[in-house]
Amino acid sequence: MSGHSPEKTNHRAPRLLLFERGSPGRTAFSWPEELPSPQELIPSHLLRQEITDFPELGELEVLRHFTNLSHLNYSIEGQFYPLGSCTMKYNPKVNEAVVRLPGMAHIHPLAPLPLIQGALELLYNLERMLAEVCGMDHVTLQPAAGAQGELTGLMLIRAHMSAQGNPRKKILVPDTAHGTNPASSTLCGYEVTQVPSNNRGFLETEKVKQVMDEDVAALMITNPNTFGIFEQDIQSIAEVVHAQDGLVYMDGANMNALMGIAKPGQMGVDVLHVNLHKTFSTPHGGGGPGAGPVGVKGFLRDYLPVPRIQKGDGGFELGEDHPLSIGRVRSFLGNFGILARAYAYILALGGDGLEETSRMALLNANYIRKRLEPYYHLAFSAPCMHECVFTDRLQQKLGVTTMDIAKRLLDYGFHPPTIYFPLVVSGAIMIEPTETETPEILDSFTDAMIAIAREAKESPELVKTAPHSTPVSRLDEAGAARRLVLRWLAEDSVKTQG
Amino acid sequence: MGYTPHTGSDKNRMLQAIGVDGVESLYGHIPQSLRERAGIGLPPGISERAVKKEMGVLAARNGTPEDCSLFLGGGIYHHFIPSTVDAIISRAEFATSYTPYQPEVSQGTLQATFEYQTLMCQLTGMEVCNAGLYDGASAVAEAVLMARRIQKRRHRVLLSRSLHPQYRAVVATYLRNMEGIEIVEVPWDKSGQSDAEFVANTMDDKTLCIVTGYPNFFGVIEDLAPMRDACNAHGALLITVTTEALSLALLKPPGEWGADIAVGEGQSLGLPMSLGGPGFGFFTCRKQFVRTMPGRLVGETVDHEGQRGFVLTLATREQHIRREKATSNICTTQSLCTLAATVFMASMGKSGMRHIAEINVARAHEARERLLREAGLTPVFDGPFFNEFVLEVKDLEPMLGRLESSRVVPGLALKQWYPELAQCLLVCVTEMNEREEIDQLVRTFTGKN
Amino acid sequence: MSFPKGLKYTKEHEWVLVEDDGATVGITEYAQEELGDIVYVELPEVGEKITKDDPFGSVESVKAVSELFAPVSGTVVEVNDSIPDGPEMVNEDPYGDGWLIKVEMSDKEELKDLLSPEEYGEYLDQQKDVDEDDDEEDEDEDEEEKE
Repeated sequence: MSGHSPEKTNHRAPRLLLFERGSPGRTAFSWPEELPSPQELIPSHLLRQEITDFPELGELEVLRHFTNLSHLNYSIEGQFYPLGSCTMKYNPKVNEAVVRLPGMAHIHPLAPLPLIQGALELLYNLERMLAEVCGMDHVTLQPAAGAQGELTGLMLIRAHMSAQGNPRKKILVPDTAHGTNPASSTLCGYEVTQVPSNNRGFLETEKVKQVMDEDVAALMITNPNTFGIFEQDIQSIAEVVHAQDGLVYMDGANMNALMGIAKPGQMGVDVLHVNLHKTFSTPHGGGGPGAGPVGVKGFLRDYLPVPRIQKGDGGFELGEDHPLSIGRVRSFLGNFGILARAYAYILALGGDGLEETSRMALLNANYIRKRLEPYYHLAFSAPCMHECVFTDRLQQKLGVTTMDIAKRLLDYGFHPPTIYFPLVVSGAIMIEPTETETPEILDSFTDAMIAIAREAKESPELVKTAPHSTPVSRLDEAGAARRLVLRWLAEDSVKTQG
Repeated sequence: MGYTPHTGSDKNRMLQAIGVDGVESLYGHIPQSLRERAGIGLPPGISERAVKKEMGVLAARNGTPEDCSLFLGGGIYHHFIPSTVDAIISRAEFATSYTPYQPEVSQGTLQATFEYQTLMCQLTGMEVCNAGLYDGASAVAEAVLMARRIQKRRHRVLLSRSLHPQYRAVVATYLRNMEGIEIVEVPWDKSGQSDAEFVANTMDDKTLCIVTGYPNFFGVIEDLAPMRDACNAHGALLITVTTEALSLALLKPPGEWGADIAVGEGQSLGLPMSLGGPGFGFFTCRKQFVRTMPGRLVGETVDHEGQRGFVLTLATREQHIRREKATSNICTTQSLCTLAATVFMASMGKSGMRHIAEINVARAHEARERLLREAGLTPVFDGPFFNEFVLEVKDLEPMLGRLESSRVVPGLALKQWYPELAQCLLVCVTEMNEREEIDQLVRTFTGKN
Repeated sequence: MSFPKGLKYTKEHEWVLVEDDGATVGITEYAQEELGDIVYVELPEVGEKITKDDPFGSVESVKAVSELFAPVSGTVVEVNDSIPDGPEMVNEDPYGDGWLIKVEMSDKEELKDLLSPEEYGEYLDQQKDVDEDDDEEDEDEDEEEKE
C-alpha cells in the first residue's frame, strides 16, 4: 500500500493520484454531531449510496499531496514568464491579504443592501477608475473573463444595431486576433470576415475600407495588436467604420502597453474589454478566475447588463429597471474577489503609478528586443510596445524549431514565451516581459536565448530533444487525444496494480 | 507605491542599450493627439498600509456571518471551509502559475485538474467532466448550446420556472441571438417540483432538452423519473442544474437518474461567498458527447520515458484552434477555484462530505419544523428539500424592513422574481447556522425578540 | 514520398482508387505528414450522400483541424470502422489500412478532374516553389524596412 512506503522526493518517482492514496475510513474532517438519519427526513428513493472510490485521506496526507503537486508547477513567484499577450506580471501580496478580510470574503450577494454597501462602493469606484484609464464613459464589471467580456461587448453592439433597425451580419476581425474574437462573434450570431494585416505588422485603413460595408456591425481590433505593434492607423480606421455606422470594438488584452500613453476612448473605440488578470495584476491561478470588465461610450449605456450599480439617496443600489439592457451575462455581480484585487492594485499605484507601469513594460520589451535581434529573426521591424515577436527562421535552417527552442528554455529554468501565435507568423516566438521584472532577469533570460541560438548551430540535437531537466519529459499528446482518459477509474489504478 | 523595480541607473543603462534618449521615445510613434490627452485623472499612489486601511474601511461596511445571522442561500451558500483549502490555493506555485499549455512545467495544475474531473464525476455520477466554466449560470447556457449542437434539428427548450431566476436570465441572454430557439417555462406543482403532467403533455419531438434545478431554487429535491421518461419518449436530453453542490453528497446523483448533461455551481465546495464570485461552473455529461463539450479537458498520457503525465486534450474543439467554429469562446477554467474544490473534497473525504450534507438536512428540517410549530408560519411546498425551504409570512415586507437594522436576515424574499410568491421567504439553513441563531430566527417571527 | 500508380489524386491531397462504380478515398502521404499525428477522423455515415468539392468530414491532429473535401459525388457505402479506435493508421498506412470511405459514384465524368500520380507530384513541386518564393519576398521586404 502506497501510504506505507516512504515518499520519494525524486520528481521522477511514479506519481500517485488522490484516489491511489489513503485508506478506507480515514478522514481529515472532524465535526462530532449526532444526527437523525436522513432517511427520516428525505424519501430514500431520492438518496444515494456512498460515493464510490471517493478519497479517504488524513489531513497531513492531503496537504503533502498538493504541496508536492505544487512543486511540479512553474509560477511567477518562482520564475520569469516571458509569455506574450498574457501579461504575467507580479501579483501583489497585499491584494491577497485584503480580499481575505471577512468583510470581503464572507459577504452574500443577495444580502439586504445595507449589508453590502462597502462592496457596492468598491464596485462603483472601480467602474469609474477603469473608465478613466481607458477613456470610456461607462463600465460593467459583470463579465467573468475576457472572452465573456467580448461576448458582452458584441451583444451591446448587436442591441444598438437592432435598435437602429438592423443587427447587421458581420464582424471584421484582423488575422492577428486572439481566437476568442471570432468564437465570440459566432456566439453572438455574427459571421466573421478576416482582414489581413500588412507585411509591416499592422492593419491599413485601405484594407478595412475594402471590406467595410453596411452589413458590418463592427470591427474587432486589438491594440497594440498581437505583434506588440501599435495600430497606427486606428483613428482613420475608426472613421471608415463609423462612416458606415459600424462600431469599433477593442480587445484590451494588451492594455498594459497603453496606460497613461493613449486612451482607447480617444482612438474612436466604442466598446472595449480589459483583462484584470493581465493589466491589473490579479493572479492567473493556472487558468482563472479572471474578470473581463467592458467599457462603452455613452450612447451604449442603456444596453449594459443588469443589475447596474447606482448611487441613490440612501446609498448604493442595484438597478434592475433598464428595459433596453441585454440582460444578465453572469449570476450575481461578477467575480467580486478578482475585482477587489484589481481595485487594491489601482489604489496602490494611482494614476501616476499606472502610467509608470506601462512605460516600464515598454522599456523591458524593447530591451529584450534589442538584445535578441542579432540572434533571432524579428518578425517585424516596426517599433514594438510591450511585447515583441521573433521567429525561428534562422534556426529552422539548422533543423531547430520554435517548439525545440521553447522546450530548451525550460532546461535553463525559464518558462517559454508564447509560441506559434499569432498564427499568421510562421514559428512565432512572442515575448512579453512585463514591467515587474528587473534588468538582471532580462539579461539572464536573453543570455539563455542567445545560448540556445548558439546550441542550435553547434549541437542541434541537444535542443531538439529538450527538455532534459523537467519533472516529465515531452508528453505524448497524440496518445492522450487518441485514447481519451479523462478521469481516474479504479481498474486503471497504479495502486491496484502495485 | 509601485511594483516596478527599475532604478534611475537601470533605466539609463537600458535606454542606452536600446539606443534612445528617453522612455518617451519608445512610444513617440503614437499620434501626438492621443499622447497629449492620455493622462490618468486618478489620485496618486498610496502605501501598502494605506491600501489595507482603505480596504478595511470598505470591508467594515459589509455584514458578514461573524456579526449577522444570515439565512441566505439562493445559489451562494455559507459553508465550512477546512484550513487546508486556503493553505493550498494560497501557494504561489498554484495561484501565480499560467494556464498549463506547457505540460512539462504544469504537472501540478494538470494533475489537480484531472483529480477535480474525477471527483466531480464521482459526485455527479456522470462519465466526463470538463476542467471548469465561469459559474453555474453560464454553465446552464453552455449546456443548452451543447444540447442544440447535438440536436441540430430541434428548437424547443423546456426550462423549469423553479430553476434559479438569474440562471434563467443568463440562458435568455446567451440564446437571444440564436435564431429560432423557443423557451417554454415548466410550472411547479404543489410539492414545489416541476409539474410532471405539464412536462409529459408539452414535451414533443421538437424539444431538444429539458432543464431543471436539482435541488431547485426553492430547495425542493426534484424526482427526475417523470422527466427522464418524457425525454426517453421523445429523444430529448435531460439537463440538471445544481446550485448547492454539497447536496450531491447525499442525494441520488444526476448520473443515476439518467441525466445527459449535469451542471451547476461549485461555490459550496470550499469557496467563500465573496459576493457571489469567483466560484466555478461544473459541467459533466455522457462520454458519447465529449466532442461537443465546451471548455478545457485534461487527459492522462505518458512521457517519452513511459512515465504518467497529464496534458490538455481535445483542444481542437476550442477557440484558439477552431476560432469561429469552436464549441465555445471560453478559455478560462476558474482553475484556482476548482483546485479549492479538489482540496475541499479531498479533505472532507467520503464520510465527511456525507456528514456535512446530513448536518444541513438536519438543521434545515429542524428550523422549518420550529418555524411552523412555534411561529405559526405557513409552508408553501410539501416536497422533500435539502437545506432551503419556502414559507409564507404575513406582512413580509414591513417585517423585513424592521429587520434591516437588526442584523438578522431570515431569508430571501421571492417577490422580486416570483410575483405569485409575494409573501414568501426562501430560508436557507446550513451547518454554519448555530442552534442559537436558529433560536433567534424563530424569535424573530414569534415577536419575542 | 510515394504516390502509388493506379490511384487518382486531388489538389486537396486525397487519393481515389476506382473500381467500376466504386471509389475508395483516403488522404495522401503528403497530407498525413503535413498534419502530423492524427488523433481523430470525423467521417460520414453509410448511406450519406456526398458532393464533389464539398466537405464530408475532417481530420484532426493535436493542434489542427483540416476538412476533407469529396473528390467525387456519390453515396457512402462503407466507412473504415477501425479508424475511430486507431486513427494513427492514417499516419502509418495512408494508402492501405488507413483508407477512409468507399463511395458509389453518381457521376463518373467527375473522374476527369482528378490528377494522375505524375500530375500530383508536379503539383506538389510547384507548391514548394511557391512557398519558397514567398519566403524570399518576405526577406527582401524586411531588409528594406531595416534600412
